[in-house]
Amino acid sequence: MKRFRGIGLVLIVLMVLAAQAATAEQVKITYWQYFYQTKVELMDKLIAQFEAKNPDIKVEQVTFPYESYNQKVAASIPAGEGPDVINLFGGWLPMYVKANYLQELPKAAFPASYFKSTYYPFVADSVQFGGKYYSAPTAVRTLALIWNKKLFKEAGLDPNVPPKTLDELVAFSKKLSKYDAQGNLVQAGLAMQPNGQGHSYIREVLFRQFGAAPYDATGRKVTYNNANGVAAVQWYMDRIMKDKVGYPNFSTDDVTAFKAQLAAMNIDGSFRIATLKAVKDLEWGAAELPTYKGVKSNFASFWTHGIVAGVTGKKLDASVKFLKFITSPEAMEQWLAAVGELPANPKIGEKHKDDPYVSIFLKGLPYAHATAYVDEAGQRTLFVNMIDEINLKGSKTADVVATTAAQEQKLIDDFWK
Amino acid sequence: MTLAKKRAITAYVFLALPLVFFIGVRFGPMLYMMGRSLTDWSLLRKSNQFLGLANFAAVLGDPVFGKAMANTARYALVGAPIVIALSLAVALLLNGIARGKGLFRLIYVLPYITPVVAVSWVWRWMYQSPPMGLINRLLGALGLPAHAFINNPKEALYSILGVGIWVEMGYCVTIFLAGIQTIPQDCIEAARIDGASESRVLRSIILPLLMPITFFLAIMEGIQFLRIFTPVYNMSSQAMGGPLDSTKSAALYIYQTAFTKFEMGRAASASLILFAVIMVVTLVQVRFFDKKTNY
Repeated sequence: MKRFRGIGLVLIVLMVLAAQAATAEQVKITYWQYFYQTKVELMDKLIAQFEAKNPDIKVEQVTFPYESYNQKVAASIPAGEGPDVINLFGGWLPMYVKANYLQELPKAAFPASYFKSTYYPFVADSVQFGGKYYSAPTAVRTLALIWNKKLFKEAGLDPNVPPKTLDELVAFSKKLSKYDAQGNLVQAGLAMQPNGQGHSYIREVLFRQFGAAPYDATGRKVTYNNANGVAAVQWYMDRIMKDKVGYPNFSTDDVTAFKAQLAAMNIDGSFRIATLKAVKDLEWGAAELPTYKGVKSNFASFWTHGIVAGVTGKKLDASVKFLKFITSPEAMEQWLAAVGELPANPKIGEKHKDDPYVSIFLKGLPYAHATAYVDEAGQRTLFVNMIDEINLKGSKTADVVATTAAQEQKLIDDFWK
Repeated sequence: MTLAKKRAITAYVFLALPLVFFIGVRFGPMLYMMGRSLTDWSLLRKSNQFLGLANFAAVLGDPVFGKAMANTARYALVGAPIVIALSLAVALLLNGIARGKGLFRLIYVLPYITPVVAVSWVWRWMYQSPPMGLINRLLGALGLPAHAFINNPKEALYSILGVGIWVEMGYCVTIFLAGIQTIPQDCIEAARIDGASESRVLRSIILPLLMPITFFLAIMEGIQFLRIFTPVYNMSSQAMGGPLDSTKSAALYIYQTAFTKFEMGRAASASLILFAVIMVVTLVQVRFFDKKTNY
């Protein structure tokens, strides 16, 4: 009896010691992302799964409203406080990499071959700076033409046949536009919103289809200031000014107009699938972006996760493990199901080729281009002003394209100097 | 210690607390900002360098800042006189009616006590083009052509200013009404007995006696419109101060420089420029009105 008691005592002591050792070994890391209900809930689930697999790691998720997210991230730098792993928009990467905010992902866990084999080609190009990889995404987004089936029927069009070429798009949008007695547009055939997806559509789709690549291979030289580039912008302007099938800020913006069934067609991103599915009485379809002279193009963007500079030792190991987990195939599957964003890995995408919405957006990925922004807000504003300058002030398209190109070139030069 | 001294000490102790607060959250940051305006401080950079006056040169050489300052001047020069004239007229009318004074006063003060963000968004929707916007629907019903309002660079600033005026009127009418009530009735009655017409009473008694209040409101509204931000931020598409920077105010320019470009040093120098402008304008107003209020 006494002997058993002795063993029991030793066991208890050992267990206490083991428990202490375990808590002492536990590493806590912090993950930051902006607040988007479905993303936050999914991340909570993923963290629970990750912690179950890695009992020695504890992950804390912190979120901020999208509007102030960049400010919070920037403000955390001088304060010297912040996350270990962070979710950033792909277009912001150059800014944060240049500021040495992110560290290069450890080569052992994330070699170049890993990016080549697991991601769509544009991803590897966009997260790499000077041969170093700085972040890895879970999901990506592309554009598609979305249309309102009810409004198609009303206009006497087959609700299941979307336009396939730019010429068809023009013809369809004219048929789908409605005007009141004074000639005001009351139903837009095609929404035109440069400060929404419009500026990306011009930049990465129309420019390329008209034969003017927006930038050179280094991404540092603006190359759309030529006859082809002017023709692409002119095509966009003709829809606003000549055909009058839509104009910027019609019914607040393109998304509001499409949801309110005041716009029959729009060019929008895959991140809108969940939003549009939730709108009552809205019957809509998605189609690949219309081609021009047989040329296809699409714009891809993504939110991506990186590890903040200054994270070392056990925290770095834990961050790498966490990053690997949230970019794993199982995380991508859950991300698609919960958030609706496309898997960044073509092999996972392949499994969803029968989904009526997802498959359409996926089709755009192999030929999509991601913009290497240096100042996403600044470059967007330049394109928005380009359209307004022609539309509202009647300036000549060629002149405005030339000044816009010069201004954008200066923005890029100032960034890299 | 005498009683008077004790009282003085008590007063100083009570005054010291707000003073500490004022130094801590007003003057301290202001001095800090003045220092930072001379550096290339960016939120993303870990260290920063002394630049001298380069930020001021960059801001003054930026055509967008020039445009923002011109817009700001327009907000103040058009907005402040209109709001004061309208409020004075409304206050005089309100003072003349016997019934429903309280109700009318409430109606005028409502916009002022409503959050400006909510007011801005409601107006933004009312300004929308057909078929969404209320104002354009009314114009259409009357057979008049639609207006672009906030989507036209020529009309946008005044469309936003209209909302600013509508909001500020609530405040000014209240102050004017209080002022009118302090005018001694016997002066007015004596004038009437002497055969002065109503317009003479207004010109020679009411308006001069309201001068100190008009002076106060001119300064307050001048400052208010010089630093206009919330309506512009909420009523322009994506808070950009567009179309084509036509509604961008100096305050919005500073905000964008600081919090979307993270150029804190440059934003600090822009705010110092705005500060200097407001100060000069206020001093000029003080001089101008000082002569007029000495009766």
